[in-house]
Amino acid sequence: MTAVTDEVLSFDEAMEKYDPVLGFEVHVELNTKTKMFSSAPNAFGDVPNTNVTPVDLGLPGVLPVVNGVAVESAIKIGLALNCKIAEKCYFARKNYFYPDTPKNFQTSQFEDPIAYDGHIDIELADGTVFRVEIERAHMEEDAGKLTHMGGSTGRIQGAEFSLVDYNRAGVPLIEIVTKPIEGAGSRAPELAKAYVAAIREIVKNLGVSDARMERGNVRCDANVSLRPHDRETFGTRTETKNVNSLRSVEHAVRYEIQRHAAVLDSGTPIIQETRHWHEDTRSTTSGRPKSDADDYRYFPEPDLVPVVTNDAWIEKLRAELPEPPAERRKRLQADWGYSDAEFRDVVNAGVMSSIEDTIAAGVSAAVARKWWMGEISRRAKLADVEPAELGVTPELIVELNALIESGKINDKLSRDVLDGVLAGEGTPAEVVEKRGLAVVSDDGPLLEAIDGALAAQPDVADKIRGGKIQAVGAIVGGVMKATRGQADAGRVRELILQRLGVEG
Amino acid sequence: MTDLIHLTADALAQKLASKEVSAVEATQAYLDRIGAVDGAINAFLHVNTDEALLVAAEVDKARTDGDTLHPLAGVPIAVKDLIVTKGQPTTAGSKILEGWQSPYDATVVRKLRAAKMPILGKTNLDEFAMGSSTEHSAYGPTRNPWDLDRIPGGSGGGSAAAVAAFEAPLALGTDTGGSIRQPGAVTGTVGVKPTYGGVSRYGAIAMASSLDQIGPVSRTVLDSALLHEVIGGHDPHDSTSLTDPVGALVEAARMGQVDGMRIGVIKELQGEGYQAGVLTRFHESLELLRSAGAEIVEVSCPNFRYALGAYYLIMPSEASSNLAKYDGVRFGLRVVPDGAPTIERVMGATRAAGFGHEVKRRIILGTYALSAGYYDAYYGSAQKVRTLIQRDFAAAFEQADVLISPTAPTTAFKLGEKLDDPLAMYLNDVATIPANMAGVPGLSLPGGLADEDGLPVGIQLLAPARQDARLYRVGAVLESMLEETWGGPLLAQAPAIPGIAGGK
Repeated sequence: MTAVTDEVLSFDEAMEKYDPVLGFEVHVELNTKTKMFSSAPNAFGDVPNTNVTPVDLGLPGVLPVVNGVAVESAIKIGLALNCKIAEKCYFARKNYFYPDTPKNFQTSQFEDPIAYDGHIDIELADGTVFRVEIERAHMEEDAGKLTHMGGSTGRIQGAEFSLVDYNRAGVPLIEIVTKPIEGAGSRAPELAKAYVAAIREIVKNLGVSDARMERGNVRCDANVSLRPHDRETFGTRTETKNVNSLRSVEHAVRYEIQRHAAVLDSGTPIIQETRHWHEDTRSTTSGRPKSDADDYRYFPEPDLVPVVTNDAWIEKLRAELPEPPAERRKRLQADWGYSDAEFRDVVNAGVMSSIEDTIAAGVSAAVARKWWMGEISRRAKLADVEPAELGVTPELIVELNALIESGKINDKLSRDVLDGVLAGEGTPAEVVEKRGLAVVSDDGPLLEAIDGALAAQPDVADKIRGGKIQAVGAIVGGVMKATRGQADAGRVRELILQRLGVEG
Repeated sequence: MTDLIHLTADALAQKLASKEVSAVEATQAYLDRIGAVDGAINAFLHVNTDEALLVAAEVDKARTDGDTLHPLAGVPIAVKDLIVTKGQPTTAGSKILEGWQSPYDATVVRKLRAAKMPILGKTNLDEFAMGSSTEHSAYGPTRNPWDLDRIPGGSGGGSAAAVAAFEAPLALGTDTGGSIRQPGAVTGTVGVKPTYGGVSRYGAIAMASSLDQIGPVSRTVLDSALLHEVIGGHDPHDSTSLTDPVGALVEAARMGQVDGMRIGVIKELQGEGYQAGVLTRFHESLELLRSAGAEIVEVSCPNFRYALGAYYLIMPSEASSNLAKYDGVRFGLRVVPDGAPTIERVMGATRAAGFGHEVKRRIILGTYALSAGYYDAYYGSAQKVRTLIQRDFAAAFEQADVLISPTAPTTAFKLGEKLDDPLAMYLNDVATIPANMAGVPGLSLPGGLADEDGLPVGIQLLAPARQDARLYRVGAVLESMLEETWGGPLLAQAPAIPGIAGGK
């Protein structure tokens, strides 16, 4: 770990003086069965150098063949990002020597990406919508993975030797490039996180990627530059590579803004370069200098023919697209009648789909929300799992709710019933039976308990008689205590008021 | 049975089919011939004795068992060492691949194996097929059987010389700018560059992907057609491979017909720079075709004059990228310099030691031509010239069914004569390059011996893309008329090869 720490300005101060401009290159690994240009399996975590064919190793004489499923995935991503789809596009070779790149060139797209000129609306936590323009989305292949051995840090500096695993070499990638994002101001870090989250959600929703950031399925390079508020031309940018968690994206953008501000304040120019993000120190360090003059000697890939699309194909794929996540959320919130705050909580708790399924199974939106945001979320937190992983099915909730509505059990008892069901004691009805959990609905024992409670708190009884009906809660509490919770609180309240001759 | 080796492939196939000769006898006869003369010729880099005899024995057994066999089963063949073969080394004529064995077979090799054609071995070539004399082989030059002090052409000098010296009845070559046809011309043999995409390139070590094509080398036009039908056809491993069926090439060669055909003489491919003896034989061939009923017309292809220049931009550009994979990381030569070498230094040292001068020259040329700031002027302009050449062909084929020219401007020159003058060397391909630039098929056949030096002259026929059959139809007629004037095959006039004990 480098000991050099760059000067940074406070974020607020940076924002007072400068306007950040962002840009993102997000690489999405597709989950096709085979690789972009070979028949080797596209799989994560296998024994190194087993998912390779002569093509993936770049052996003499091999030729690439385009994976048609990957092309369809690329088109779907393009459509989901509101892009135009090229009628004809080409692959190109990006030439550079590096041992993780078996041919010493990457087969990519250069002048003619398959998708271009799109946009995506990003909703921030408070509901603000920010439109990000998409420059292009193009197809390419992933590189292999290098492991540097013998050094203390796992980095190439100080390593004795390096191992290379070509299992990942040739895995299909879609690189999504934004246009410069201006005007985000102090919300730039938040927008950065939300943008990458949205891309991840979209590709996951499309089913074209596993979208697991911890596995590198979605990788982000974040470009940041600053300019004084009164200037239109962009400042010099840096590109922070491989920022591979949502939190890191936010932190890296924030850090680079603060670092740029400090450099600019000191009167020195920003060096155009790549930066490496370090999660441990939450800072970046200088990578290699990068300039627009980086010469990859791109030229059209002569081993591949152009990819030609047509309207019928594109429209067929468009028709197969799932509902976009943002639109789905809008629709569900309207259908369910949740407030913005309620709905945001539901989304953040990760129970939106569970609620949707539960409503479909036959309960109201309010009941579904009560269960998923209440009892189930509470249990999930205790068990440190996702709510959906607890094993509570929509059908179970419907049954529990029916028992409550019929007055057989109350909310409190329903938790015990849930315990029993999850412990494998049978259906909710069976658990009620076995555990003897039915509420006391016979008015006789209730009236007995009510009389006891009124006698125990005569002053409260007087207050109620005097019109202070809100005081009835204390008597209800006494009755519930006496019946060990097995009474229907609503009925108890009614009976108390009747007993005291007060209109409720 | 020395006569066996003088049989054409077609005649040998018939004798095998009638069991007059066994495949083992035929294969052994060729192996003996290789043993006797290859010390002088150096056509073979590897002789595949055991496997060839094994395959021959299988053929003989199958024939005894009454199995259905391919018509060429048991007819031996030599393979240019640019084409990968399992179980034998593949060097591409380079030190950088010395000792390397491919784990897979080229598609054409799979087809040879499926036809049960014994593979005699791998033939010499200019390193990575870069040259017109086979002098750029890292394993010593091949010598011309007509005169051991002369070059056998290149890059496929090994395949042409092997066939001319009766070391093989058939061979495979590759042709990027004339590497099949020009060696054919200077050794008195037949060579065909099929339509681009007509034969799979999978497993042919790439020099320039948009120009390379595998094709047959033989002693007669019919023999090339027989081999062409074996190796041709669509291959899903090669995206640039045509989906058309191979076509009735053998039938075209057997029928042979020029009556009423329009044969176009390319104005720009004669005259200045062409040896007098070459032009004399060329004009005799035109007269023969006219006497057979063909209409000889003159066509103009004004942009052919730019073909050589454009070729020497496109070919090195693609080659510079195709040859990037030879870096010592995954296969082949690895040179580790002293000290604590970085990967960059290992790659550099490997390539410095492993590549010869001509290869380095072309990598440097290509790298330069693709560089930022030069791309448009060099690679871009060259691609425009390519389009113009294609238009010239299109216009010429409106006036003629087949085009004709000398294959090479001169007969075989002396070893070493042009080694220090790359431009003089490159000019050997001036007549063959246009076909590669346009993807059209070309055939070279012997046109006789030049008066001034008694060395073979080649006649080139060119047809529109996918019309390879026309080459065989016209070529067969011209061949039979010429042989009538010579009183037999031209190779019968070749001097005896001085017996140098050798073989490998």
